[in-house]
Amino acid sequence: MLALFYIFIAVAVGLGIWQLNRLSSYKQVILKNDKGEPVNAIAKSEENPVATEKDNDIHGKFFLIFLIGFYLLMTYCLFFMNDIMLPESASIEGENDDNLFLITFILIGVVQFATQFLLFYFSFKYRGINNRKALFYADSHKLELIWTTIPTIVLTALIGYGLYTWNDVMDLSDSENPLVIEVYAQQFNWQARYAGADNTLGRGNVRNIKGINTIGIDMTDANSADDIPVRELHLPKGRKIVFKFRSQDVLHSAYMPHFRAQMNCVPGMVTEFGFTPKFTTQEMRVQEETVRKVNGINKLRKAKGEDPYEFEYLLLCNKICGASHYNMQMKIVVEEEADFYSWLKQQKTITELVN
Amino acid sequence: MSEHHHKETFVTKYIFSQDHKMISKQFLVTGIIMGVIGVFMSMLFRLQIAWPERSFSIIEAFLGHHQTDGVMDPDMYLALVTIHGTIMVFFVLTAGLSGTFSNLLIPLQIGARDMASGFMNMISYWLFFISSVVMVISLFVEAGPASAGWTIYPPLSALPQAIPGSGLGMTLWLVSMAIFVASSLIGSLNYIVTILNLRTKGMKMTRLPLTMWAFFITAIIGVVSFPVLLSAALLLIFDRSFGTSFYLSDIFISGEVLHYQGGSPVLFEHLFWFLGHPEVYIVLLPALGITSEVIATNSRKPIFGYRAMVGSIMAIAFLSTIVWGHHMFISGMNPFLGSVFTFTTLLIAIPSAVKAFNYITTLWKGNLQMNPAMLFSIGLVSTFITGGLTGIVLGDSALDINVHDTYFVVAHFHLVMGVSAIYGMYAGIYHWFPKMYGRMMDKTLGYWHFWITAIAAYGVFFPMHFIGLAGLPRRYYSNTAFPLFEDLADVNIVITLFAILGGLAQIIFLINFFLSIYRGKKATQNPWNSTTLEWTTPVEGIHGNWPGKIPSVERWAYDYSKPGYEEDFVPQNVPLKEGEEES
Repeated sequence: MLALFYIFIAVAVGLGIWQLNRLSSYKQVILKNDKGEPVNAIAKSEENPVATEKDNDIHGKFFLIFLIGFYLLMTYCLFFMNDIMLPESASIEGENDDNLFLITFILIGVVQFATQFLLFYFSFKYRGINNRKALFYADSHKLELIWTTIPTIVLTALIGYGLYTWNDVMDLSDSENPLVIEVYAQQFNWQARYAGADNTLGRGNVRNIKGINTIGIDMTDANSADDIPVRELHLPKGRKIVFKFRSQDVLHSAYMPHFRAQMNCVPGMVTEFGFTPKFTTQEMRVQEETVRKVNGINKLRKAKGEDPYEFEYLLLCNKICGASHYNMQMKIVVEEEADFYSWLKQQKTITELVN
Repeated sequence: MSEHHHKETFVTKYIFSQDHKMISKQFLVTGIIMGVIGVFMSMLFRLQIAWPERSFSIIEAFLGHHQTDGVMDPDMYLALVTIHGTIMVFFVLTAGLSGTFSNLLIPLQIGARDMASGFMNMISYWLFFISSVVMVISLFVEAGPASAGWTIYPPLSALPQAIPGSGLGMTLWLVSMAIFVASSLIGSLNYIVTILNLRTKGMKMTRLPLTMWAFFITAIIGVVSFPVLLSAALLLIFDRSFGTSFYLSDIFISGEVLHYQGGSPVLFEHLFWFLGHPEVYIVLLPALGITSEVIATNSRKPIFGYRAMVGSIMAIAFLSTIVWGHHMFISGMNPFLGSVFTFTTLLIAIPSAVKAFNYITTLWKGNLQMNPAMLFSIGLVSTFITGGLTGIVLGDSALDINVHDTYFVVAHFHLVMGVSAIYGMYAGIYHWFPKMYGRMMDKTLGYWHFWITAIAAYGVFFPMHFIGLAGLPRRYYSNTAFPLFEDLADVNIVITLFAILGGLAQIIFLINFFLSIYRGKKATQNPWNSTTLEWTTPVEGIHGNWPGKIPSVERWAYDYSKPGYEEDFVPQNVPLKEGEEES
């Protein structure tokens, strides 16, 4: 029943504004009483439903104020929200991406500031006051040519750089001796599989799922024997990693924001993505931008009485996949190659696990 | 209406009406009702995002067994975002916007007595009505409504084991959308035929007002792309109910392997976005068309670059059909395809930039009349630019990798197609209300409505870009599972507060709209001093539109402040003076 109460309040607020509004259409007038003496009275002024010069003046000025407010909002978001942004790319391939992003953002930022200025300033400047006369100005091929050509040139450059970066990130054919890792998604957790000594993953299919073989590794495939299934992802720094993604039930998306990496996991097919980690987890923890962000988070946690948070790389699901989609994550640890191999050695191969 | 010779009963006049003006009102009112539902849902899930563990009695009151102690369940959260998206995109901004104004304006602006087929027009509305009813019914299904996102990607949408909403709720969703597509197709065909065949004498295609061009091209995009959604939905129905494997393969769920083999969800994504992307322009182009009209009228100036405007509508329409893959850069499709789609996508920025600059130039040295419709149109140009520019980030495949499916995307499309299209719709309602109901809407309430909405819209969607850049994924029931996102919680609270403010502002509109129907000031025949033909019809809006002969058209639609005339507008039916050149 409380819902009805809320609706009632909302309607009451609306009606309040309506009545206030009606009030504004009344004005004070001076009438004469029977004796001819002036008295104050209130009368309904005949309101014009079309904008008057007064309206034009007020709302033209409002647009100017709105412009200033919008500029403040944009400036705040662009320059004062940096502390909550992701730190610099933790993968080598992501550097290009960050660069392209910066260039694009400067570009659209300039266009945004300029065009919003023109739009709202013109709305203010040419508001219909003092019997203004509009200029009959229907066409100018020169102007139109300018604002067709300039965006075309700028976009061509942007497309060129974008495609270069895209091919750089997506083309895995020329990577030398990459480390192959399978990332396996299911509602609602992640698993991974290392290819083992032969660096070749054995075939996998959901029809092989049985007992401890939870990701359906095909044990009849010779390449499978030394595969290592794990629940925490470890990556060696400085080595190109090629990920092969699989999903067993619905679409998921493997999103690793710190590495500027994302790829959907599609049931019935293997997708891939690759990058080279640049900083170990330890190095990332002392990186200036990370420290700033983590400090900000810990200040909030302290206020709530929670334990401090320590930075970790994450793999999270970024394609709607069901009730616990919001909590489908896996920790990623980046370490020096030697540490990585000593960790890997401690993990059991699938053959060891099954037998 | 007393002198009218048709015999009309209540049923033929208000319910099974074949008069385009009545049908447009039916579309509008149904659209508004659906809009109230859709916006209300967004309020509920915004509460959940801002205060994930907090109990709200409003949630307890509305969500029944889909909540515990005033905190909504995760499945219900996903259902709410799904149905919010579906309702706003299809029911409000496609049927509510295009259905209303195409129906109202096409015959009036081209000088026709009615649509080419009044009967089909009536069928189009009633199919829309049925589909709305089915969609609303789906909200009350035991296991909850469809909850796989408005894009209903399989396998999530195909398997009730994966999410409860994919049971009966999804079946009803698909049935509703199939009926909706039929409604939309019948409507669109009617619009196209009417514009091509029923123009009055002298109304050359090059003299059509830009609204007509926008509705005409929109209808063509609809006819090209909606059938593909229907086929995508049909194949999904086959997979769900008849055991085919169009989209499904190798699935292990709830402890068993399903029989599906050989299909691919990526096929569904292709089919869906072949409609889904043009749909963005089906939503946006009518809003831009309305804006062209409103800005020209209220600037008392011709729209700048009429031919370029028509050209860019056509270019956008053409490009819109070959860019769908930019929704799928990281779907697992071949990266080379990603390159192609990046190229075609960024090209759209060119005609869009032309439109934006032409609007701004139309304002330049104008005599701006700040009616509520004009305010909303200026607002539209602003949000269209802001939202459009971030499209350059998202359309670039390399950049999309890291912002795909984050709140950056949510902010982008809400500004560029959500807020912009809603502004266009409001501009249209304030501008043509006198034509629909013979009365004027209250100006001052309109001003309140605009300013609160404008502040709230940027308050909601501008900061949202930045939580997306911080890596926050969309469609998360709660962000508390990640310490990484804890510092975004405050921003989310601010966004929710602005969202509630914006939602409340719409109540001002509703009150203004419904009270003005009965209590508004009587309208004059041409309140905004417009040039187009609809303002030559009588205020009371008769069957057949013009009492006598249909006026013939002598000039283009934008002779505002033309030198050599006393008045600052010359209606389209006024013959050219001797020696006068048509612009």
